[in-house]
Amino acid sequence: MNLLIRNGLVVDPANRINQVMDIFVEGGKISRVTKDIDAKADNVIDARGLIVMPGTVDMHVHLREPGREDKETVLSGTSAALKGGVTSLLAMPNTSPAIDSVENIKLLQGIIKRDSRCDCFISSSITKSRLGAETVDIGAVKRAGALAMTDDGSSVDDERVFTRALRDAKKHGLLVIAHCEDKGLSGNGVVNLGFISTKLGLRGIPKESEYKRVQRDIMLAQKTGARLHIAHVSCAESVEAIARAKKKSPRITCETAPHYFSLSEEDLVDYDTNMKINPPLRSRHDVAAIKEGLKAGIIDVIASDHAPHTENEKNIEFDRAEFGKIGLESGLAVSITELIEKAILDWPGLVEKIALNPARILGIQKGTLSPGSCADIVIVDSKRELILKKEDIVSKSKNSPFLNRKLKGVVKYTILSGKIVYVNPA
Amino acid sequence: MLWTRKDLLGLEELSREEIEFILSTAESFKEVSTRDIKKVPALRGKTVVNLFYEPSTRTRVSFEVAAKRLSADVINIATETSSVKKGETLIDTGANIQALKADIIVMRNNYSGAAVMLARHVDISVVNAGDGWHEHPTQALLDMFTLKEKLGKIEGLNVAIVGDIAHSRVARSNIWGLTKLGAKVTVCAPRMLIPVGIKDMGVKVTHDIEEALHQADAVNVLRMQFERDEENAFPKQLEYFKNYGITRERLERAKKNIIVMHPGPINRGIEISSEVADGNNSVILEQVTNGIAVRMAVLFLVAQGRDGENESVD
Repeated sequence: MNLLIRNGLVVDPANRINQVMDIFVEGGKISRVTKDIDAKADNVIDARGLIVMPGTVDMHVHLREPGREDKETVLSGTSAALKGGVTSLLAMPNTSPAIDSVENIKLLQGIIKRDSRCDCFISSSITKSRLGAETVDIGAVKRAGALAMTDDGSSVDDERVFTRALRDAKKHGLLVIAHCEDKGLSGNGVVNLGFISTKLGLRGIPKESEYKRVQRDIMLAQKTGARLHIAHVSCAESVEAIARAKKKSPRITCETAPHYFSLSEEDLVDYDTNMKINPPLRSRHDVAAIKEGLKAGIIDVIASDHAPHTENEKNIEFDRAEFGKIGLESGLAVSITELIEKAILDWPGLVEKIALNPARILGIQKGTLSPGSCADIVIVDSKRELILKKEDIVSKSKNSPFLNRKLKGVVKYTILSGKIVYVNPA
Repeated sequence: MLWTRKDLLGLEELSREEIEFILSTAESFKEVSTRDIKKVPALRGKTVVNLFYEPSTRTRVSFEVAAKRLSADVINIATETSSVKKGETLIDTGANIQALKADIIVMRNNYSGAAVMLARHVDISVVNAGDGWHEHPTQALLDMFTLKEKLGKIEGLNVAIVGDIAHSRVARSNIWGLTKLGAKVTVCAPRMLIPVGIKDMGVKVTHDIEEALHQADAVNVLRMQFERDEENAFPKQLEYFKNYGITRERLERAKKNIIVMHPGPINRGIEISSEVADGNNSVILEQVTNGIAVRMAVLFLVAQGRDGENESVD
């Protein structure tokens, strides 16, 4: 089976391509990217007026399996991914059991082999059962296939434990992804601390709880020489700390999530628990700083932090509801709406953040349309608007803060290893 | 004006005209309580459910009396005796009350935002009788009613609110209501009891009680809620009384006819001295009386708001 994609605007920052071209796919690989390919193909997609880019790489996804298959499974989550143009993702290890051993990695690999609809990569936890006390066997989890390790959902509070983990990670060449939160400062907070928390009568989470831990983790990464990636950056002070760190340590990387540049605490008006997220939606000033950080290249990656929860866990009082929201299906559209339409990033700039950079950080051969590479491609109608409807969501959970909002950008086709795996029905 | 809201969730969302309309409706209901037969048929055949998730005697009884004087049937649900203890969600409880064909739910809940959530999920009226630290609209309305009765107006008054502002729904509702009606509000408390960003609600902040009382036409004294001291950060009781307690000596340095209000229950010798609580400036018991009239007005109006809504749907 071969495939010809004609006349799309091809955006491939790895090869500095940003122009109308054809792409020929053979044997699951990209064969040629040039103008006016004259070849016979089994399948031809006319991509005139559409954006053709590498399948996106989402390095922050909670698939919930094993353990919480009522929220999401590898099957439902990776199906949702394809609808959102995500062809590769990194599964977070805070499952039940946590992915903290070779045995549990093998368990998850078995599920992925059976059910995954996209390329699903594995991360291990930093500490056993994510308790922050005893580090996992880092050499072993790396050999078993973990691309990174993270206690995401929590920070490793004990500085000695985290330092030891960074040293071992450095030794074995494993990436460390840090969830930066000082629980002693965030406490029982549920929204950003400020006028809005006061007005709503909800406990606030101060920004210090994030950026002070960002500062600590940067310092420890610099001390140990480990490769550190900071997850879900939400506030201006964290962006500043990372900007300073990068001057000295260019290998330190970070990500933000679409909700941190599209929503602020001011969107919390009706106690919508789908807006209850950790770190919390911050102030308008922070939203501007996140956009600026993306533009200036301080923020390397946009990842969804897809965090599915059931209706039972969300349709309750704000204080009692779980933190987190889904994002696999909306991330690209939110990015187009907020970053492309508002001229914060151009297309190559966006594709870097959602495909090329995360692939490079994870060390996988993805995120490009280079001849010979795996033909993971997404074709997007960037002009078309959609209103996100609950009944259209593929993910098992429906906890999106963008429900009933108008977004711009619709995935028309998702292609994985040369096969068309998703076609927009409309 | 025509009242169109089916719910009363807070004063933040109300316009000045709506607040004034509730207060003037309350004026006409106040007289009912002075009659030999304290009853009007305004809500005859309607059912009011008091759904209280927090212990409360004062507010619950006030709503019950108000509903009964309007001839409504009243059902009281306290969490200790209901399926709530068995783990039923608030939305399910609301749906069940609606299925009983009740007309109004009056809810007290320890979670901020609970009334907003309930109102979103039921078609019947919801009156917020206090949700977490968020709002307690009928308390603020009765405070304003009392102020207006005593001083003739609200516009231009200087009102001090003293006490645990951080954890107080009474403070928040009063701030929204008073500022909308043109009063100047000063909040006064030790630093740890002043919440972040409160100035943006349009108030002045001071940590000095003398300064707060200096120009005040009225002072609203909040109960120190020591049970909310999760971090053991509150000043101790005697220290608080020494620095912030409303005493005769402090009132002597304030305006002569300063009005002293308190939402109750009062802690004598902690936030207010007995002398002041029982003295000439105190209107604490009049607030209780006025609470009935204000709650009658609110129940009457939300019932009307819902009926109006139904008509427009037809």
